[in-house]
Amino acid sequence: MADMKEIFDRLNEVFQDVFDDESITVGPKTIAKDIDDWDSLEHIRLIAAVEREFGMRFKMGEVSTMKNVGEMASIVAARATK
Amino acid sequence: MRELEYPFDSELIIQNRRKLRKALINDGSSRIKKNIAVLGGSTTHDIVAALELFLLDQGIEPSFYESEYAQYYQDAMFGNPELDGFRPDIIFIHTSLRNVNVGFPHMNDSKEQVDALVSAQLKYFEGMWDKLREKFNCPIIQNNFEMPFYRLLGNKDAQDYRGRVNFAARLNTGFYAYAESHNDFYINDINYISAAYGLEKWSDPFYWYMYKYCLCLPAVPEFAFNLSNIIKSIFGKNKKALVLDLDNTLWSGVVGDDGVDGIDVGQETSVGQGFYEFQTYLKDHKQLGILLNVASKNDHENAIAGLNHPSGALKPDDFTIIKANWDAKSENIKKIAAELALLPESLVFVDDNPAEREIVRAYVPGVAVPEVNKVEEYIRNIDRGGYFEVTTFSADDASRVEMYRQNIMRAQAQESFTDYNEYLLSLQMHADIKDFEPVYLARITQLTNKSNQFNLTTKRFTESEMEATAADPQYVRLYGRLVDKFGDNGIVSVVIGRQEGELLHMELWLMSCRVLKRDMEQAMLDELVKQASARGVSEIRGYYYPTAKNKMVEKLYETFGFTLVSEDDAGNTVWSLKTAGYENQNKVISVN
Repeated sequence: MADMKEIFDRLNEVFQDVFDDESITVGPKTIAKDIDDWDSLEHIRLIAAVEREFGMRFKMGEVSTMKNVGEMASIVAARATK
Repeated sequence: MRELEYPFDSELIIQNRRKLRKALINDGSSRIKKNIAVLGGSTTHDIVAALELFLLDQGIEPSFYESEYAQYYQDAMFGNPELDGFRPDIIFIHTSLRNVNVGFPHMNDSKEQVDALVSAQLKYFEGMWDKLREKFNCPIIQNNFEMPFYRLLGNKDAQDYRGRVNFAARLNTGFYAYAESHNDFYINDINYISAAYGLEKWSDPFYWYMYKYCLCLPAVPEFAFNLSNIIKSIFGKNKKALVLDLDNTLWSGVVGDDGVDGIDVGQETSVGQGFYEFQTYLKDHKQLGILLNVASKNDHENAIAGLNHPSGALKPDDFTIIKANWDAKSENIKKIAAELALLPESLVFVDDNPAEREIVRAYVPGVAVPEVNKVEEYIRNIDRGGYFEVTTFSADDASRVEMYRQNIMRAQAQESFTDYNEYLLSLQMHADIKDFEPVYLARITQLTNKSNQFNLTTKRFTESEMEATAADPQYVRLYGRLVDKFGDNGIVSVVIGRQEGELLHMELWLMSCRVLKRDMEQAMLDELVKQASARGVSEIRGYYYPTAKNKMVEKLYETFGFTLVSEDDAGNTVWSLKTAGYENQNKVISVN
């Protein structure tokens, strides 16, 4: 599976699409408050888009407990199929 | 927009929603504005977001009212100032099996107890629909029920009165009975769409537990697209005709090279069966009043020979216009549209050749061009595209194909006359021009909502609004029906004026383009003046509101002899005609 740098690059593209903002750059410490439109409703769309990009599914508990993009990336790294 | 045409990538639509929305809003196209109230029994956020994209793509700019989470029933029954002030044009009720609230049958229940459950649940919904109809007088779209995602009784769940599959099917039957007996009430068939999508994926409970979505998020675009098809059909944006390629679209092979014996359609081979079923699918569209036409690069004789293939389902007579020549297809399509008096955006072009599809997309904007690459995909991709979604079906729809055939005979007859007036007289035209009659209201409403070109105000009416207008004494209403020696054209013109003392304001004046240049508009005016005068009207005020499509009637009131009263910067004009001393203008149609 891909290294962390590649995962963050791909996550970054997903974030830019979902929030339609090419100035977004995410890192391990990025949290919802750092991105203007990242509310609970957009979170649903973001999760679906990340799942699609990496061919994986988050577990129910994870969706609401991930603290930052770093935690998201670790889950992706462990489970990504593409 | 290609991203939103079936078959689309649902997940890409979800991911790129903002970008797609921005592109649609900035594409410079003109759209009708509609208020849509979404009354949800579960989360509706992404449903509204996806619905907005599909409606924008179909020429409708929606504003939404979205009820608070699962407050559909409260909003409907007990009122809500925000909803009341919203004045919806459409109400959509988003419920699912998760909203069954009388309880599901129990194994100890008797048949009578389950009957009572079914009727209690139906009463709950019917009471809500009745209330909404009375209060808002607008079309209602209601989800039916998807099938349950587990079956306690296994296969017996379908047949046993205590099974949930059986219960859901009975509720659906009750919904359909209401839809059958009430105008302007439409079922969003999620039972079908969830099956087509795959019920297991559709009902993935992850999305219910996590977000209270009654369907999985990736299915939301399919759901919203299906719903948008009903809405666009209600607002008269259905397609009206198919334009078909021949070689490798209606049969396998190239008739010009392989000869009639060398092309394949029929029961002999699997490929031939595929094309045969596609031909029967197309032929069935004639029952809906959809016109079949051909645009093919072929010699005309070869095209006709191919269509006469003994094992084919379609014959040359099934087509309204056949253009088989070596001109660009884009040009042939434009000619077909002109000869049918339809706009290109009313056409669906079907061609297996991706290069031809691209050319038509580029040179005839507005034509729908579904992706058809393999014969086994043809039916699905056209059917699921929802181009001909039926919301109302009138007697005129059933006979439309025949009417267009008669029109072509009229055009041929016209060629034998040098004097146009003599030709008109030879048609032996007779018109019924009368006040609305209940039996014609569906057709009057339908014609009102789909006429774009010969339409002075482009005012649209739902069936409920048309019923209200038909019952209101302040209106002068006329429908016009034209018959000639070639056949019955059906109802082709609608005129509505609102009387205010001695003034009559023309709120609607429209005519079907299939009777252009027959002096039918003059016959309508004569009858209008006669009826208006009898009601004490001394002056008729005509209004013309320009749109992208109705330039042909810009000067209609002037040709009628009205005088211009005013014109604003947007080109809206007001016209006046005194009824005193009016002389009849129609000399070729006998009336009533």
